[in-house]
Amino acid sequence: MIDRTSLWIVMILLAVGSFGLRFVFTDIIGDRPMPSWLLRHLRYTAVAVLPALVAPMVVWPAATDGMMDAPRMIAACATLAVGYFTRNTMAAIFGGAVTLYSGLYLLG
Amino acid sequence: MTSTKRKSTYWTGVRHGAPFILVVTPFALLFGVVATEAGLSIVETMFFTITTFAGASQFTALQLLGDNTPTIVVLLSSLAVNLRMAMYSASLTPYIGGAPLWQRAFAAYLTVDQSYAMSMLAVERYPDWDTRDRIGYFFGVVTPIAPLWYLMTLVGALVGSAIPAGFALDFAVPITFLAMIAPMLRTFTHIAAAFVAVVLSLSLTFVPFNLGLILAGFGGMITGAFVELVLDRRKEAGHD
Repeated sequence: MIDRTSLWIVMILLAVGSFGLRFVFTDIIGDRPMPSWLLRHLRYTAVAVLPALVAPMVVWPAATDGMMDAPRMIAACATLAVGYFTRNTMAAIFGGAVTLYSGLYLLG
Repeated sequence: MTSTKRKSTYWTGVRHGAPFILVVTPFALLFGVVATEAGLSIVETMFFTITTFAGASQFTALQLLGDNTPTIVVLLSSLAVNLRMAMYSASLTPYIGGAPLWQRAFAAYLTVDQSYAMSMLAVERYPDWDTRDRIGYFFGVVTPIAPLWYLMTLVGALVGSAIPAGFALDFAVPITFLAMIAPMLRTFTHIAAAFVAVVLSLSLTFVPFNLGLILAGFGGMITGAFVELVLDRRKEAGHD
């Protein structure tokens, strides 16, 4: 069960922080250019943080108590492959879901 | 004359934003479901989704809160997921930075992947627009997105507990994230950044408090920046 105090601290500070991140450059930096080394790192935040977050969920799924699981692993690969080749998030979710359910039905 | 044009950039935005209904609906439904499964009340779920308004970071926070991660790490990791918004804000600034403060504040709150991407496309497509046309278009794009995000979160929260365990909803979050990541892997540099982040994330699980995630994120960012620099230098050298 999620601790109520941490939940509310996180919700409030995340809201304030997310707004801050979205506003600070528009407001404070204004039209001044940002240093290129900073932009170069910021460009890769999403593509670094999201995979880092998702990798343990795929390799050690919570639902199987952290045991590597074939249907989930295959579904993850299918999602990546469909998303990579179609460049379409919805198609990837659909491909992943179909693979997961087929895998759970056949292997589970 | 100008007011008709203004109105038209807003409505052009609405039209261009409409297809995102298909992306936002399932993602918001899923957040509602996952949040209530994690034990959040409807009020808490709605408070979270309306104030933060950034799906990926909301999922991150829920996931880590459920793992009993220290509050500060939950917060830093979720904010790290939103760091890209800072980049969006920075790159939108030349085009909407001249708008009044209240409009910029609203635009900041409404900065999401879709509104950013469409606005930057519009910069290329309609070079003759001024600041007011651009901010009108921006607000147009989010008009179909934001209310639907709230509404579908609520629907998800209301029906969440009715979904049986056989649906393996545990894996809906990783699939959704992977589906967002895959189209971002546009270049070798992006793939290198993601690869290093994954390897670090899987090998740094011994680091306490889930701090490995933050280290892995930094590792991926540094890799991306470094590879980009090396490839740029090589390209320049090749041209000379």
